[in-house]
Amino acid sequence: MLREEEDTRPYECDGLTAYRQVPMVVALPETEEQVQRVLQTCTAMGVPVVPRGAGTGLSGGALPPGNGVLLSMAKFMRIVRVDSRARVAVAQPGVRNAAISEAAAPYGLYYAPDPSSQIACTIGGNVAENSGGVHCLKYGLTVHNVVRVRGFTMSGEAIELGSEAPDAPGYDLLALAIGSEGMLIVVTEVAVKLLPKPQCARVIMASFDDVGKAGQAVADVIAAGIIPAGLEMMDQPATRAVEQFVGAGYDLQAAAILLCESDGTPEEVEDEIARMQAVLERSGAARMTVSRDEAERLRFWSGRKAAFPAVGRISPDYYCMDGTIPRKRLGEILQFIAQMEAKYGLRCPNVFHAGDGNLHPLILFDANDADELRRTELFAAEVLEKCIEVGGTITGEHGVGVEKINQMCVQFQPDELEMFQAVKAAFDPARLLNPGKAVPTLARCAEYGRMHVRGGKLPHAELPRF
Amino acid sequence: MSLQTLQERIRDAAGRGAALRLRGGGTKDFYGNTPRGEVLDTRVFSGIVSYEPTELVVTARCGTLLSELDATLAERGQFLPFEPPHFGAGATFGGCIAAGLSGPRRASAGALRDYMLGARLIDGRGHVLGFGGQVMKNVAGYDVSRLLAGSLGTLGLIAEASLKVLPRPPSELTLRFEMPEERAIEALNRWAGQPLPISASAWHDGELHVRLSGAAPAVRAAAEKMGGERTGEEAFWTAIREHTAPFFGGPEPLWRIAVPPPTARLCLAGNQLIEWGGGLRWLTSDASPHTVREAALRAKGHATLFRAAAKPAAAFAPLDPVLMRLHRELKAAFDPAGIFNPGRLYAEM
Ligand SMILES: Cc1cc2nc3c(=O)[nH]c(=O)nc-3n(C[C@H](O)[C@H](O)[C@H](O)COP(=O)(O)OP(=O)(O)OC[C@H]3O[C@@H](n4cnc5c(N)ncnc54)[C@H](O)[C@@H]3O)c2cc1C
Repeated sequence: MLREEEDTRPYECDGLTAYRQVPMVVALPETEEQVQRVLQTCTAMGVPVVPRGAGTGLSGGALPPGNGVLLSMAKFMRIVRVDSRARVAVAQPGVRNAAISEAAAPYGLYYAPDPSSQIACTIGGNVAENSGGVHCLKYGLTVHNVVRVRGFTMSGEAIELGSEAPDAPGYDLLALAIGSEGMLIVVTEVAVKLLPKPQCARVIMASFDDVGKAGQAVADVIAAGIIPAGLEMMDQPATRAVEQFVGAGYDLQAAAILLCESDGTPEEVEDEIARMQAVLERSGAARMTVSRDEAERLRFWSGRKAAFPAVGRISPDYYCMDGTIPRKRLGEILQFIAQMEAKYGLRCPNVFHAGDGNLHPLILFDANDADELRRTELFAAEVLEKCIEVGGTITGEHGVGVEKINQMCVQFQPDELEMFQAVKAAFDPARLLNPGKAVPTLARCAEYGRMHVRGGKLPHAELPRF
Repeated sequence: MSLQTLQERIRDAAGRGAALRLRGGGTKDFYGNTPRGEVLDTRVFSGIVSYEPTELVVTARCGTLLSELDATLAERGQFLPFEPPHFGAGATFGGCIAAGLSGPRRASAGALRDYMLGARLIDGRGHVLGFGGQVMKNVAGYDVSRLLAGSLGTLGLIAEASLKVLPRPPSELTLRFEMPEERAIEALNRWAGQPLPISASAWHDGELHVRLSGAAPAVRAAAEKMGGERTGEEAFWTAIREHTAPFFGGPEPLWRIAVPPPTARLCLAGNQLIEWGGGLRWLTSDASPHTVREAALRAKGHATLFRAAAKPAAAFAPLDPVLMRLHRELKAAFDPAGIFNPGRLYAEM
C-alpha cells in the first residue's frame, strides 16, 4: 500500500498525460486473495477502484480516482505455464506482452498480437483494451487470441470466463470482458493461444508519390485475395520524423510508404511477395524494396513501431487518435485531416494500420500553450466525428477511457448507451470499478450537446438540454 | 415485412408477457433445450444489405438464406472462414449467428464469434439497437455483438449482422492416414505446433483425414512433409460439417464434447469422431448424461447434448452460480419481460 504523495504521484496518469489525478491510495497486491480482499473492503466502504497494468494506455483508462484506490497489478509478473502441446500460455496480468512470446520461443511458438508498446504494456492491459498490433490483419486482436481469463468482480466474487476447450458454454462473457477497459472485472490470470512461428517473413516497402494512391493500393491488395501478415502506411511527415530517430531506411521522397508483409513457408512467401509486388506495381508504386534478410525486415518494422516516440521528439507534445474507417474512405479522411491542419494551424503526421483501416493521426502541439491544447481537442473531435460519419468508429484499439467519452454520445444512441450501462450493472451494480470511464451517462451527453441523431429525429426529446 | 412490423410483434408479446420462439428455417430446432412460445418467423426480414469484397465485410438481414450468402461470397472468391453448418437448405443467416456454430475450419480459422463485426438487435422492449459496426477494429463500448453469437435468440432478435469474410484459399487437398486414436491425437497436436497449413481434421474408426489449405506451393510442401495418401474430396468435409456422414446417423444421443486438444482418449461407451485437432469429440452413446458430463469436466472441457430424439438432460453444461447470475442479469437487461426463447439456453432463464 502506498499513501505518501511522493509514492502515489507516479500513478497520476497513464499514456494520456493530459489527464492527471493523484490517487488517494495505491494498492500493490501480490496474491489473488489480496486482490479479493481489496475489492471486498472497497465494496463494503463504497470506495472506487481503478485497475492498472503498465500505464501505457492512451485513453486515460487507468486514470486514478481521487477518492479511491489505484489497484496496480504490477506484482502479478509470473508466467504460470507454457504448455507447448496444447499451445497455450497462462500468465498473470502484469506480465509484459513481449515476455509471453519470449517464454514461448524455445518451443517455436509465439503470442501473435504485438502492440507497438509490447515491451512495456501488460497482458492484463491488453485484455482490458482488446489491443491490436501490426500483425492483427492476419492474426487477429487480443479477443481472437485469449481463450480464458480468471479474476474477480468488484464485490470480490471469483470468476472464470472462457475455457481452454473450444466454445465455453453459455454467453460469450469472455468477449464482453475483453475490451471492457477494466470496468467489468479485475483480471488475475490470462490464458492465451500460442501459434507456431512462421518459418520466414519478408516485407515490401513500397513508395507512393500520392497518399490517395497508397490508400487505393491497400484496397487493391485485399481485392487480389491477399491477406498480408501486416499492411501499414506512413505519410511523409511521419517517415521523416521516424528516420531521424531510428534510421529505418525509409524513402523520404515518397508522399507515403506502405509496409506489406508476407509470412509462411519459404515457398509461400516467395509466391505471395511476387503477387503483392505485381499488385502494388499496378497501383502505382513508385519504388519497392523487399527486405533481404531478417535484420532488414526488423529494421523496416522498427521505424513503424517507433513512430509514436519519434514524433514525440519533434514536438513538445503529440495527441494520438485512433479512429477506424472502411478502407475505401482512406483518401477522403486524409484530405479531411489536411483541411483540419490548415483550419487549426497544427501539424498532423499520419501512421495507420492501413489493412484494418485503423488510423493514428498524431496532432503535434505544445501543452503549455493553452490555446494549442484547446485547438488540438477540437481538431481531434472533428476527426473522430468524421470517422463516425464515414461509417467507422472513434476507437479501434486504444479504448474510450476518459478521452473519447463525449464522442460516445455521437456514435451511439441513448438506448444503446443505456444497454452498456445495464451490462456494467450486471457485473458491478454499485459502479465502483473504474467508474466514469468509457460509457457516458445520458446527462453527460445532453451536456455535450451532440446527441446521436438517427433519421433526423432527436432521441429523448424530453431530456433537458444545456 | 419491415423491421417495424417485427418491433410491433415484439412489443405486443412483451405487453402480454407471451413467450416468442424466434425461428428462421427451423434447421436448428433440435439445438438447445426444447423451444417453446409463439413462432416469430425471422425469414420475413431478409436480404444482403451490403457486400464489399475489398472491405472483407458482408452485412445481411437475419432471414437471408445461408446458401444465398455463400453463393454471393463465392462469386467473388470469398467465404465464411468458420464454415458454419447449415443442417438443411432453409438455414438462415440469423439462425447461424444465434446458434454460433462453427465447422471443420474452427481450429485454424477461428469460430463464428471471431468474425462478428457488428449487429442490429431488436431487444425485449422492441427497440432497435446497433452494436459494433462494419470495420475490422472497434473497441467503442462493450462488445455486445460478439455476445449475441451463440446466444440462441435469448437476448433479442438479431435483425442484421456484419461479418468479416476472407478470400478462399487458392488450393486445398486432403490427406488420409491409417492411425489408432491415441496416435492421431498425438500427431494432430504435434502438427498444430508447426507452421503447417492444416485447415481441418477428422479422426474416426482408425482413419485420420487432414485437410491442407493455402497457397499451392505451401500445400504441396506440407503434403510431402506429412505423408499419408491424397484423397482430395471436398464432399468428405461437407458430410462432416452437415452431419450427413454415416457416423452421425445412429439412433443414440449425439454429444459434442469440447476439450483441450491434447486430451487423451475419452473412455466412454459408444462411438467417437474427433475434429478440430483433438479439441472436439463427437460421441454417440447411450451413456448417462452424468457420466458424459463428468468425463468432460475431468478433462477440463464441457459436454453439450447436441441431438437426441428426446433429450434426457439439459442441452448445455451447467454454469457455476456466479456465471448463472450474470447470465440472468444480462438476459433481464435485454429482455425484461423474459419473452425471447425462454429456457432454450438454460432452464433458469
Ligand atoms: C508508444 C505506445 C505505442 C502503443 N501502441 C499500441 C498498439 O500498437 N496497439 C494498441 O492496441 N495499443 C497501443 N498502445 C496503447 C497501450 O499500450 C495498450 O492499450 C495496452 O494494452 C495498455 O496496457 P497497460 O498494461 O499499459 O495498461 P494500462 O494503461 O495500465 O491500463 C489500461 C486499461 O486496462 C485496465 N487494466 C489493466 N490491468 C488490468 C487488469 N489486470 N484487470 C482489469 N483491468 C485492467 C486499466 O484499468 C485501464 O482501463 C500504445 C501505447 C504507447 C504509449
